[in-house]
Amino acid sequence: MIRRLLLSDRGSQLFFGALLLLAIFVPLLNLGTAETSALHVPGYTVTLIGKYMTYALMAIAVDLIWGYCGILSLGHTAFFALGGYAMGMYLMRQIGTRGVYADPILPDFMVFLNWKELPWFWHGMDHFGVAMLMVVLAPGLLAYLFGWFAFRSRVTGVYLSIITQALTYALLLAFFRNEMGFGGNNGLTDFKELLGFDLQSQKTRIGLFLVTALILAISYALCRFIIASRLGRVIEAVRDAESRTRFIGYKVENVKLWLWTFSAILSGIAGALYVPQVGIINPGEFAPINSIEVVVWVAVGGRGTLYGAALGAFIVNYAKTYFTAALPEVWLYALGALFVGVTLFLPQGIVGLLSKLGSKRKAS
Amino acid sequence: MLLLGIVAPLHAEDAATAAPTAETAQTAPAAAQGFAAWVAALPEASYSEKADLVQQIAASGDPAAAPLLRALLENRLFSSTDGHVLISKTEGEPQALADAVSGEASNLSADDVKKVGTNNSLRKTLKAAIAQLSLSDKDAAVRLAAVREMMRSVDDESTAALRAHRETETDARVRSAIDIGLALADLASSDADTRLAAVKHLSGDISADAYNALLPLTSKNDDGSDVEPDARVRSAAQMAVRNIEGKRQIYGGIETLFFGLSLGSVLVLAAIGLAITFGVMGVINMAHGELIMLGAYTAYVMQQLMPQHIALATMLSIPAAFCVSGLMGVAIERGIVRFLYGRPLETLLATFGLSLILQQLVRSIFSPLNRSVATPEFMSGSLTINDALSLTYNRLYIVIFMFIVFAALLTLLKRTSLGLKVRAVSQNRAMARAMGVRTEWVDAATFGLGSGIAGVAGVALSQLTNVGPNLGQAYIIDSFMVVVFGGVGSLWGTLISGMSLGVVNKLLEPYAGAVMAKILVLVFLIMFIQKRPRGLFPQKGRAAEG
Repeated sequence: MIRRLLLSDRGSQLFFGALLLLAIFVPLLNLGTAETSALHVPGYTVTLIGKYMTYALMAIAVDLIWGYCGILSLGHTAFFALGGYAMGMYLMRQIGTRGVYADPILPDFMVFLNWKELPWFWHGMDHFGVAMLMVVLAPGLLAYLFGWFAFRSRVTGVYLSIITQALTYALLLAFFRNEMGFGGNNGLTDFKELLGFDLQSQKTRIGLFLVTALILAISYALCRFIIASRLGRVIEAVRDAESRTRFIGYKVENVKLWLWTFSAILSGIAGALYVPQVGIINPGEFAPINSIEVVVWVAVGGRGTLYGAALGAFIVNYAKTYFTAALPEVWLYALGALFVGVTLFLPQGIVGLLSKLGSKRKAS
Repeated sequence: MLLLGIVAPLHAEDAATAAPTAETAQTAPAAAQGFAAWVAALPEASYSEKADLVQQIAASGDPAAAPLLRALLENRLFSSTDGHVLISKTEGEPQALADAVSGEASNLSADDVKKVGTNNSLRKTLKAAIAQLSLSDKDAAVRLAAVREMMRSVDDESTAALRAHRETETDARVRSAIDIGLALADLASSDADTRLAAVKHLSGDISADAYNALLPLTSKNDDGSDVEPDARVRSAAQMAVRNIEGKRQIYGGIETLFFGLSLGSVLVLAAIGLAITFGVMGVINMAHGELIMLGAYTAYVMQQLMPQHIALATMLSIPAAFCVSGLMGVAIERGIVRFLYGRPLETLLATFGLSLILQQLVRSIFSPLNRSVATPEFMSGSLTINDALSLTYNRLYIVIFMFIVFAALLTLLKRTSLGLKVRAVSQNRAMARAMGVRTEWVDAATFGLGSGIAGVAGVALSQLTNVGPNLGQAYIIDSFMVVVFGGVGSLWGTLISGMSLGVVNKLLEPYAGAVMAKILVLVFLIMFIQKRPRGLFPQKGRAAEG
């Protein structure tokens, strides 16, 4: 049954296949080959692909609500960043006496600000379990509250997009404040270890890479499962005709709220996986433009397909990495042109283009 | 000593009325001759002779008199062995010596000169004479400044001089300043009734001097006794201080309100173009902020083209920015938006992409650094209403400008045939088309109009903030919030929501800090939209259901 569910369509097959190949060959070629070998994958690339995978997870989360339920969130990185901050707080507490000020409890920035004790919300964050709970709870609760208000009062379409943007903008401003107790402008950084593993060591990085790949696969499977279920049909009905679905008797706002919160939690998890690999989390992650970029990944890949979103995340981010290094001036032109071009000429994204080409070939 | 102090101004008074001015040019050289002779006699004279010479120099009306006397008072006056009198730039060791009469620089060194000495009584004479000189200036502003200067260090000489001048002063502002100065002096009087009268006089004044002088009277010494021995004066002083504090609070409130209104005007200016494109057409234009930015850069370019005429360039840049941003808007509508009508989320994405391109374009052309746009002279400075309240001109003009733009826009939409068509299309596109309105043309014109207004807003913003590639981004979220809060499609709603958001923001700032105030306003807006998704003034009628 599960097999049929996950591998029934071509895209999902390709997605799992590609993920499996990555999970096998990247660690193998990184650890198993000599640095001089032509096949060697440098540690930098491992981290980069790991980062792309967290982006792909984020893109899947956005695709789930946008592509299948028609909710365009322009503030989803708020949840991503909150998950990241929860993870960052745990990593911060793990530094212990190795910080610059060598305070056994207070992170460096608090000592610097002359704080005497830990703020209440930092308590317990030195336990991995509590921190992981917060990775899920912080974005989940915020999304639940926000969604409860928004969907109940039937804020839809563009209005919802604009207030999600305002939400992440407000959080951006708030996290920039030193008084918030999240390191202000600099954010949280200088992490040392995760669960006792040294974050600088290559083996830990490979471990993180594999965990990310695994969680991405599980999340993808979960989303597929939701979409393929009866609930998934209702979700698509809400997207296509919200009022009709309501008249038929479904509680539209409950469906939306549930899916919205689930998507936010996925984003939070993506953020939590992102932080130990990148080594820093700062308020810049809340910037509204980041959220909009995520939407572009989904649009480029092809929305409403999940694997398309993941593909889009990889392609756009690879392009970004390439352009910002090789031709930094061109990147924003390219990204802007991508926005315009995809919306005007590729409403179904790359996946849609490919399948159109494929069906033409079959026909001829 | 006292006698000198009182006599001196009387002397000078007579001299001041007879002082040579432009129309008595013939006598001027004679006076200057006398002046030069008196100055030359200074170094060798005894102290009492010096006092007389100072009186004569002060009375001469020569423009060099005031700097010379000031130099003598500050021990900066020196004499050379060949009989020249020189002024040094600095006290102590003479430096950059210049002739006291002709003002010519001298190449004499410190060894060639010796200081012209003064004693206590001579210094008192000097102070009175200098103040007197400034007081008899023709310009009321100079006299006012002199009075203010004398208020800083109130002593017998200056009060005597002020009291004497009070009688002949014609300018009301100078006179009231003198009254305050005299009252301040009277506070130190040993007579309780005089002090009481002074306190009562000061109680209406909100200047920092009066407040600082009155405050000690209400406090206690270290040993617990009152600073002010007389109970009547004490209670009067308490009343006065409370009175002043109350007045200051009111003026502070007015100032906050003004800041709020000016911030609100900026918000309205930024949002009102959006109120047309988003409100009337239903198009989400995320590049709106960049159209504002283009307007600001137009102002910059205009000023670069006409560096000699900043004010003219700024004026001309208003229509220029309207054209630049308006044409860009028409291009956006024709090139992108028209293919995406009815798909608001796609429009949002495409125009956002466009905003990235425009930002990068500006970075490529003008560099990523901020450009400074000069402020025309009539917009710099501030309108000082009193000590506690002054309104900066640029903010004042922004408020006025906003109302002009708003009125023009309202007239355009309500009174012209284009406005009629725009409203018709926005209410019912199909019916308008059936009536023969060229909807495509109206769409482009409407979009161009909204974009042009954004450009005009950019010119206004260039006078308040730095002009840089990120200028637009800073305003886009605020603009959307203003439009949504006011109610989509309602220009009046945009005006009221922008103004109230500006004022609320500024009212919160003292309590919560600037950033926190902004966050609170955003949170409030998010909550508000949940409660009333259609804003303060929702559009009524069937067209609004969608």
